[in-house]
Amino acid sequence: MAKKIRSTSLRDPETPDVDFAEKRQLVQVSDFADKTFAGVARSGGIITLAIMAAVGIFLALRAQAALETQGWNFLTETAWTPENGKFGIAAVLFGTVTIAIIALFVSVPLGLGTALFISEVLPERIKGFAISLVDLMAAVPSVVFGIWGVFFLQANIIPISYWVSSTFGFIPFLAVTDGSGNPLTDPSAFTSSAVIAGFVVGLMVVPTQTSVMREAFSQTPLGEKEGALALGATRWGMIRAVVLPFGRGGIIGGTMLGLGRALGETIAVYMIISPIFEINPQILKSGTNSVSSLIALRYGEASDNGLSALMAAGLVLFLITLVINFTASSIVANSRSGAESN
Amino acid sequence: MTLKSSKNKGTTHLPDNTILAQQPKKRSLRKFRFEDVLDLIGSAASSFAFTWLLFGWLTPLQSTIGFVVFNFFLFLVMYGLISSIKNRGQEIRDRLVSVLLFSAGIILISALLFVVFYTLSRGQLALGNLNFFTQSMERAGPLDPLYVGGILHAVVGTLIQITIALALTIPLGIGTAVFLNEIGGKFAKFVRTIADAMTALPSIVAGLFVLSAFIRTGVVPRSGLAAALAITVMMLPIVIRASDVVLRLVANNLREASLALGASKWRTVWHIVLPTARSGLVTAVILGTARGIGETSPVLLTSGVSSVTNFNPFEGPMISLPLQVFDFVKSPEPTMIARGFGTAATLLLVVLVLFALARALGGKAPGNLTKRGQRAVNRKSAEDQNRIETLMSKSSVIERT
Repeated sequence: MAKKIRSTSLRDPETPDVDFAEKRQLVQVSDFADKTFAGVARSGGIITLAIMAAVGIFLALRAQAALETQGWNFLTETAWTPENGKFGIAAVLFGTVTIAIIALFVSVPLGLGTALFISEVLPERIKGFAISLVDLMAAVPSVVFGIWGVFFLQANIIPISYWVSSTFGFIPFLAVTDGSGNPLTDPSAFTSSAVIAGFVVGLMVVPTQTSVMREAFSQTPLGEKEGALALGATRWGMIRAVVLPFGRGGIIGGTMLGLGRALGETIAVYMIISPIFEINPQILKSGTNSVSSLIALRYGEASDNGLSALMAAGLVLFLITLVINFTASSIVANSRSGAESN
Repeated sequence: MTLKSSKNKGTTHLPDNTILAQQPKKRSLRKFRFEDVLDLIGSAASSFAFTWLLFGWLTPLQSTIGFVVFNFFLFLVMYGLISSIKNRGQEIRDRLVSVLLFSAGIILISALLFVVFYTLSRGQLALGNLNFFTQSMERAGPLDPLYVGGILHAVVGTLIQITIALALTIPLGIGTAVFLNEIGGKFAKFVRTIADAMTALPSIVAGLFVLSAFIRTGVVPRSGLAAALAITVMMLPIVIRASDVVLRLVANNLREASLALGASKWRTVWHIVLPTARSGLVTAVILGTARGIGETSPVLLTSGVSSVTNFNPFEGPMISLPLQVFDFVKSPEPTMIARGFGTAATLLLVVLVLFALARALGGKAPGNLTKRGQRAVNRKSAEDQNRIETLMSKSSVIERT
């Protein structure tokens, strides 16, 4: 009896008791080719890791020299004169963040709307075409957006900037004033502003955001959508009750991925802005700066000290985009829509 | 329990068709009704008329973009008003949101297409001259007309740089992706995390890394090779990530079937996993290439501008297409700007072709074959069947004797 309880009753009690405690060991015999393969694949991984680690460690080491001389002043100083030992990224970081936020104001409504439009409104026939088109736009080089911004947008946006600043000038960041607070009217005061750069960068990151969001929306369980429609919801009711909550991870993740790219964008911003080294809170006024265009501007004239100062600025930018990317991917992976895809 | 239904057998009630016929016709649920079209036309017309009156007649407003923006908002208001005659709140909201979604999609797609076509149309001027592709800028100054000088040097530079970058990226990237998926383990997870982190590396920082680690230390001079290294640092994480996703999509039962048939791990990867994921891997590499070709700032930092055709990647500056665009449009001369747009158009066309290639070769889930591939597989398996059958018949003959 005791035996029967111990061993589960699948076996016939009449059969002699086989000792199952001794499970046969499965040994995977790897031959020479297998071992070589494992070795080669592993060394591929190691080389990749080494390259990545080298970039990170090298950046950190070289930046350290510059950071040690400046301490926390590095984050609060606006001037950039490494030759005098006085430099900080307050102004460039402010510009970088301003441009990225303006870019998000352009890209998020457009991207969200387009993602919903493609996944919920467009008929199946043209859906594939629209998806390819948006994905293709994600591969358009940033220099193309840059020349569009310089030669087309710049000229056409000035009247609007002027109108906005004269109408809504009472809002501090929309005003365009000179040092003593008098409004400026000259068109040249409106060129090369953070708004123009932000607009171009926004258009550049929209395709990435759209495809992340659309991917999340397209995974909404059909049963839940049909359930909402069957209960009498309109299309918008269905989107609000089912699709948007389901794709929330995708919306946040896509937005942050776009933010990461907007912060790191170099050449389009560099072509549009006129660099200054002071904090300019008037986003319509000419003159702003960004970390990456600072590097592009100063790499040539930099001495070894100057180079490590630039490295420090690059390191801060990298850390910011790193945190944003990791947050984004963990949000996407932990959301319902991202659970299967990752 | 007795079966009660046996008592009622033979009485089937047919539905009364006359009642069904009397009911009104079924309303189609999805179709856009004629009234809805009229609603749209009506609100468009009234909002346009109203805006037209405001701009120039009643008030001194005048601006094309202001006109469009005002017209759009007025259209939304009018459409909401007209919808509210017949519909309730839910329906009105649904209609307004539909209009907003349509406009978001159309605005975005047309804006992006506009960027592309603006470049292509302004590039025509330079692209029309054949010498644009056969000469370099060595003997052409900023004041020279468009029939002198070209971008051969930039095309050569881009080709050499991307070839070196691909020669480094493809084996390393796909090898690492195979390692992440087929070998696995804690170390692989760590490598995956680091590779994901590196996708966040801004391109200019990659350039700065090569500049200060290789060029300033004297290991590699400012050259095409240095630029290719910077592009590799940019492309590698992208390719690893994309191929990792593709390899993960290969069905596990294929691997298990192969292992169960006695194939070794290496043979499973070489004969089952990689061929199954081939189209996806090609797509991953091509998309990485498209990103790598478009990078400007790493090349600016590591190789620099030149106007001479340089075939040697180990020595001397070697310009690439995007950097040439950047350099051309810095000049105030109209011909240089035209050349800049021509170069940008060329670059854009290269990216378009690469993308089309990626779509044609890949774009299919692992295991889905093209018609030609399917035919080849069928032929192979017919051959196998033939072979096995002849073997069987031979062995049965031997058994009988």
